[in-house]
Amino acid sequence: MSTTLARPATPSATGAPDRVDLGSARVVHTRHWFRWTISAILIFAIAQFAWSLVTNANYEWDVFAQYFFSEPVLIGIGYTLSLTAISAVIGFVLGTILALGRLSSSVLLNSISWAYIWFFRSVPLVVQIIVWYNLGYLYPTLGLGTPFTTDFWIVEFPTVQLISAFAAALLGLGLHQAAYSAEIIRGGLISVDQGQHEAAAALGIPPRKRLFRIILPQAMRSIVPNATNEVIGLVKGASVVFVIAIPELFYAVQVIYNRNSRVIPLLLVAVVWYTVITTLLSIAQYYIERYYARGSARTLPPTPLQRFRTWTAVQWSRLGDEPRAPVPPVPPAPPAGTLGAAIAVTPDAGIDANEETR
Amino acid sequence: MSATTTAPTPTITTTGLVEIHDVHKSYSGIEVLRGIDLTIAPGEVVAILGPSGSGKSTLLRTINHLESVDRGSVTVDGQLIGYERRGDKLYELREREILRRRTQIGIVFQNFNLFPHLTALENVTEAPIDLGLASKADAKAQALALLTRVGLADKAAHYPRQLSGGQQQRVAIARALALNPKVLLFDEPTSALDPELVGEVLDVIRDLARGGTTLIIVTHEIGFAREVADRVVFMDAGVVVEQGLPEAVLTNPTHARTRDFLAKVLA
Repeated sequence: MSTTLARPATPSATGAPDRVDLGSARVVHTRHWFRWTISAILIFAIAQFAWSLVTNANYEWDVFAQYFFSEPVLIGIGYTLSLTAISAVIGFVLGTILALGRLSSSVLLNSISWAYIWFFRSVPLVVQIIVWYNLGYLYPTLGLGTPFTTDFWIVEFPTVQLISAFAAALLGLGLHQAAYSAEIIRGGLISVDQGQHEAAAALGIPPRKRLFRIILPQAMRSIVPNATNEVIGLVKGASVVFVIAIPELFYAVQVIYNRNSRVIPLLLVAVVWYTVITTLLSIAQYYIERYYARGSARTLPPTPLQRFRTWTAVQWSRLGDEPRAPVPPVPPAPPAGTLGAAIAVTPDAGIDANEETR
Repeated sequence: MSATTTAPTPTITTTGLVEIHDVHKSYSGIEVLRGIDLTIAPGEVVAILGPSGSGKSTLLRTINHLESVDRGSVTVDGQLIGYERRGDKLYELREREILRRRTQIGIVFQNFNLFPHLTALENVTEAPIDLGLASKADAKAQALALLTRVGLADKAAHYPRQLSGGQQQRVAIARALALNPKVLLFDEPTSALDPELVGEVLDVIRDLARGGTTLIIVTHEIGFAREVADRVVFMDAGVVVEQGLPEAVLTNPTHARTRDFLAKVLA
């Protein structure tokens, strides 16, 4: 083939065999032997494991099923989700303030933010939660009154009453999270090109709008993946609050298996629920990232749903077509029947969307 | 500092007078601007030329106070941008006030600096809306008119990355015009462009030059400077070496440094 290409356009004397119409020549694809071997081994390993899941009686799937929707487990999920949600909000709000403090030109704000982050990244979360829970040992009462005294003549509360186990858990998780979130947000903010700050300033856009309309939306591109990581970490990190006996998901299954000794199936209950929550968060992440990717690519790639629709549309249109045209430019008449007629509208749009993204 | 001739000031325009007086500026001990004096009349079109590192861009950025000056002053229509003068003292202004004053001066950057997450139209409407100068509908109508003026009405819904460099720079010009500035600064507006895209941007600037807005253009396009500018200013090593009518400075430069520069650029 290369000899044909190297030759000038004028027909050569060598004759017919060399002059192949390249446009219609059949393409023989490269054989990926290595890739195929590895794939086969992996598929085998996965199948083997799936088979063991079904056949190995030690998994005790009946026990799993019995407890999967049991009340203590569902209550535990409620605790896990509310702990995650509230501490994530505390973490990101406080984290944003800390990040702005770190970027501020005020030396005081800068150092305080730095010190906060330094301290809360140093103290283990478990220790922090225990300290908050036992704050009453250090400060038996909390209140308002004369500064630098314990004379709380305005209001006074016993600490144990003010800080419940749940509040201690929220404080611990939220304050801990804020330190990490601050760095993620700061990282996102400094990743935005200096020219953007400059252009916004040159246009006279006020500082707050500059942050929320110009800089933050661009910073979100790098903040979102890390922030989702943190929230997912928090879902599982919330399980450390079992040290102060809050019945969140992990604590709930522990209580059950300590009673009935069915450790594996109950841990599986927790694992599957954690997987479900993580899956939902990952899907949310995908769409949030996509939203903030506006303008970053010439055209956004199709969502899995769009891709699925395109794929089904192509498959449908193939059904009624001659085998030689793999992707017909015009969808053929759908097979008779109501289902075919209902789908008939989609192939056109589906193929178009597909082509646009190339 | 020898001024060959002072440029003719055409126009009926009365706003957009820029007075630069004895401006000095250092970065970490290196003096980038070493006493610049320059008065630019309302509606005048001035091209600033000079080798890289001569302080042209820095000077431009002191005009809208993106850079503060170490000594001297820059005023637009007699008003300082970053300070308020009361008696013999200069009071530093609050940021909000600086921003308000700065809107009289538009700037177009070498790298466009369009907001990538906003469409061309949104890039133009952002500042008027944020500053409360126009309702959303008015801002949009005005932005469409500006985009039409730079020949990009059909690209209003495109994101910057979907546009060519020349188109992006024209959107940036429309964005700067959205605040009705009295003075428009151009910081090497065509230096980041492919050669075939330079013309479309220069066409837009040429159009503006007839419009009566004061234009200060830092550029390497000698031919364009000769054609459009009322006056050419040649800078080197932080001082104005020579200035005057384009034909005078560009055809018969009196200074050796100007001659050297022109010889290199036109080679």
